[in-house]
Amino acid sequence: MTHVLAAGAVNPVPARSQMGSSLGFHIILACFGVAFAAVIMTAEWIGIKRKDPVAMLLARRWSKVMAVLVAVGAVSGTVLSYEMGLLWPGLMGRYGAAIGLPFSLEGIFFFLEAIFVGVYLYGWRRLSPWAHWWTGMPIVVSGILGAISVVAANSWMNSPAGYTLTHGKISSVDPVSVFFNPATPYEATHMILAAYMVTGFVVAGVYAVGLLRGRRDRYHRLGFGIPFTIAGIAAPLQVMMGDVIARFVANNQPVKFAAMEYVLSTQRDAPEWLGGILINGKVYFGLSVPAFDSILVGFNPHTKVIGLNSAPAALEPPLDTLIHLSFNVMVGIGFFLFALAAWQGWWWWFHRRVLMTAWFLVPAALSGVAAVAAMEAGWVVTEVGRQPWIVYKVLLVSTAVTPSGGVTVTLAVILALYAILTAVSIGIPMIMSRRWRREGPAEEDAEQVPYGPSSAGAVGAGAPGASRAAGASGASGAEPRAPAGGAEAP
Amino acid sequence: MNPSPETIAVAAILFVVLAAYALFGGADFGGGIWDLVAGGPKRGVAPRELIDESITPVWEANHVWLVFILVLLWTAFPPAFAAIMTALFVPLSLSLLGIVLRGVGFAFRHTAQRMRVQQLTGATFATSSLITPFFMGTVVGAVATGQVPVHPGGNVLAAWTSPTAILTGCLFVAACAYVSAVFLVLEARQRGRHELMRYFALRATAAGAVTGGLAGGTFFELSRSAPYVYHRLTGISLPLVAVSIAAGIAVLGMLWLRWYHPLILRATAAVAVATVVWGWGLAQYPYLFPTSLTLFSGSAPTATLDAEFVVAGLAVVLVVPGFALLYYLQQRGLLTEADSDADLRMAAHLGSPDVDPDQLAAAEPEPVVARIGVAAVLVTLAVRAIRNVFAPGSRRG
Repeated sequence: MTHVLAAGAVNPVPARSQMGSSLGFHIILACFGVAFAAVIMTAEWIGIKRKDPVAMLLARRWSKVMAVLVAVGAVSGTVLSYEMGLLWPGLMGRYGAAIGLPFSLEGIFFFLEAIFVGVYLYGWRRLSPWAHWWTGMPIVVSGILGAISVVAANSWMNSPAGYTLTHGKISSVDPVSVFFNPATPYEATHMILAAYMVTGFVVAGVYAVGLLRGRRDRYHRLGFGIPFTIAGIAAPLQVMMGDVIARFVANNQPVKFAAMEYVLSTQRDAPEWLGGILINGKVYFGLSVPAFDSILVGFNPHTKVIGLNSAPAALEPPLDTLIHLSFNVMVGIGFFLFALAAWQGWWWWFHRRVLMTAWFLVPAALSGVAAVAAMEAGWVVTEVGRQPWIVYKVLLVSTAVTPSGGVTVTLAVILALYAILTAVSIGIPMIMSRRWRREGPAEEDAEQVPYGPSSAGAVGAGAPGASRAAGASGASGAEPRAPAGGAEAP
Repeated sequence: MNPSPETIAVAAILFVVLAAYALFGGADFGGGIWDLVAGGPKRGVAPRELIDESITPVWEANHVWLVFILVLLWTAFPPAFAAIMTALFVPLSLSLLGIVLRGVGFAFRHTAQRMRVQQLTGATFATSSLITPFFMGTVVGAVATGQVPVHPGGNVLAAWTSPTAILTGCLFVAACAYVSAVFLVLEARQRGRHELMRYFALRATAAGAVTGGLAGGTFFELSRSAPYVYHRLTGISLPLVAVSIAAGIAVLGMLWLRWYHPLILRATAAVAVATVVWGWGLAQYPYLFPTSLTLFSGSAPTATLDAEFVVAGLAVVLVVPGFALLYYLQQRGLLTEADSDADLRMAAHLGSPDVDPDQLAAAEPEPVVARIGVAAVLVTLAVRAIRNVFAPGSRRG
């Protein structure tokens, strides 16, 4: 047993990598937790209102997929709660009294979500259609409120507020200011819109693959149209929000903004860099638009933009190139998705049809992967851009990291486990969809979802085609991105 | 100095949640343990099915209890949380590993219908049900014996590998198995499965005896390794400990007499678990870590504690009605078991060969040309232009 005092010599990179990969994984599932219920309820609403069995069928099947994703999300969310302490005891020990508050609220919303997912999933049969529809509403509301709570914790790390320090210890806390710190409204809106985009485009992408493969029946057109419309409404809002948020970051975290935009020194007429790699203070292979960055920040080419040189070298974010390129990727994909949504929107306005050209459907099939990539890039920007701080200008990552050995081991284990979890969360819906396609209606009775009361005897009964489906499980584990990858084939 | 009333109140909430997790989460883990020892694929089918049916509805809610414990601890008692997480990094990571593996095994086992895959995922699920409570037990043992330093510089292996901690780990496993077996007796009764009632009653009795033995052993160890806690357990906490022992014996008696009253049997088992958790809490007072970190010096500012109180109130206001609704719907039989989509598929003609998609498309209304204004014409031209650029490679467009 060792009692060596933490000398600040701990390498935070393994812990940072573990947190990054855990968050990067969980956030995708969290998107579905936040937004999938709204997509499903839209389909159900159409189904009830227009007595449309196709829309009802989509809603019912999607709810089964949601059950899988929420179950996996519960596990990866628990991992994150543990990791807050296991990896960052220096943060939680010092500032837990402040940052813990939004997490406490989130716990309630997660609880509510879990309860009503259960009701919604198993109420299809016996509840009246509208009563059932309303049981989905708490999932949508608690999804949004839960997202705001968790994002508030992250915003607090970007713009800490609402606490007083005495002798380096928190002596008083103002819970409201902690929760509604300056960054919360921006980050929370950005994330909720992102969740709707990710969910909408991913689900639409799956049906776009079906459409591309020639399954152009109403089931697939509706399955594409509903989520695509929801994501398509979020896309232009997100582009506008993104512009507003960038200006907020320029004011609130100028050094992060400088890394995002390659503003090397504080200047007027700051150019906007598209692409490019930063090596030794020079940008290579980039396209620069003169003075455009200044215009974006202050609507005037003479706006002064604070540069990287404003921070001491030790407090500059590392990996400027990664931050900048991630930012470019996020913005680029944002515009791409906006354009895609606008194209379909225009076509719908005049023709009332889903675009069937491969020129639309191939990008649409990829839009889900693109939306996920954009969201991940966004998180890279905000998290790497905040480095070396864990709480901006208050606490350094190297001070917060655990002095315990063995993080490299847990990192390796987490990466392996998350590979399996990824296979589960992509593989199970794939197996389900194969069964839905191949089996006759009667055989579907034997089907199972991960939680909730199950039908007795179904597990052992072994429906015809069961071994075929189980065989597919092995295949999908090896190729988790198959639904998106398949889009390129036709 | 004495801790403020707010601190005591939040600590009390923490111990209520701890008891809830010990009970519900414990039953959940115990189910996995019985799954593990249910025997070969043929012999174990019946008990495994019952375990599966009774765990599934509560599986996710139990994660929430755990998350609540973590969140309460880090918000209300940050220094204690940081110290536990640092010093006990290894057992906590292992218990987390168990949680993740359980999730994976659980999620996959229902979809994997082939026997081999099902066995593998089932084994993962069952084994991890053993790992998680054991290591959580060692963590509690380490805290109770005061072996967690207030400012640890890294892992403290000795804290959770002491005889007391290991014994506590084993005690947790046995207690989970015990609680779970008691609940499973009632689940079997509810379903009219008499052979399973006897099956689990026998196991509950055995697990109860083992739990009692281990509890005695732990108690004896505590007298040497944690004099402060031992002193309080035999002093002010004695009534709670006595109630726990009495309830434990009462449950065994009811099982022996085959008096399976659904409410009374459940409640008595719950009392046995909850009182021992609260006895432990009371025995630690006024310390978070006996005798190095007090509640007073380890708690968050009052405003935070008040906020936690509001959150707890909100939880009661929001979550309790939700649970009540869930329970009401379940009791009324409005939440049915597996859903079939057959009716909708028939209605949507999806069971039959697909209708020609082109026909469907042609049936849709023609675009209304009148709505196209000048702006729209311009957009049309732009899109045409774009499409023409890409046309040579197009197959469908």
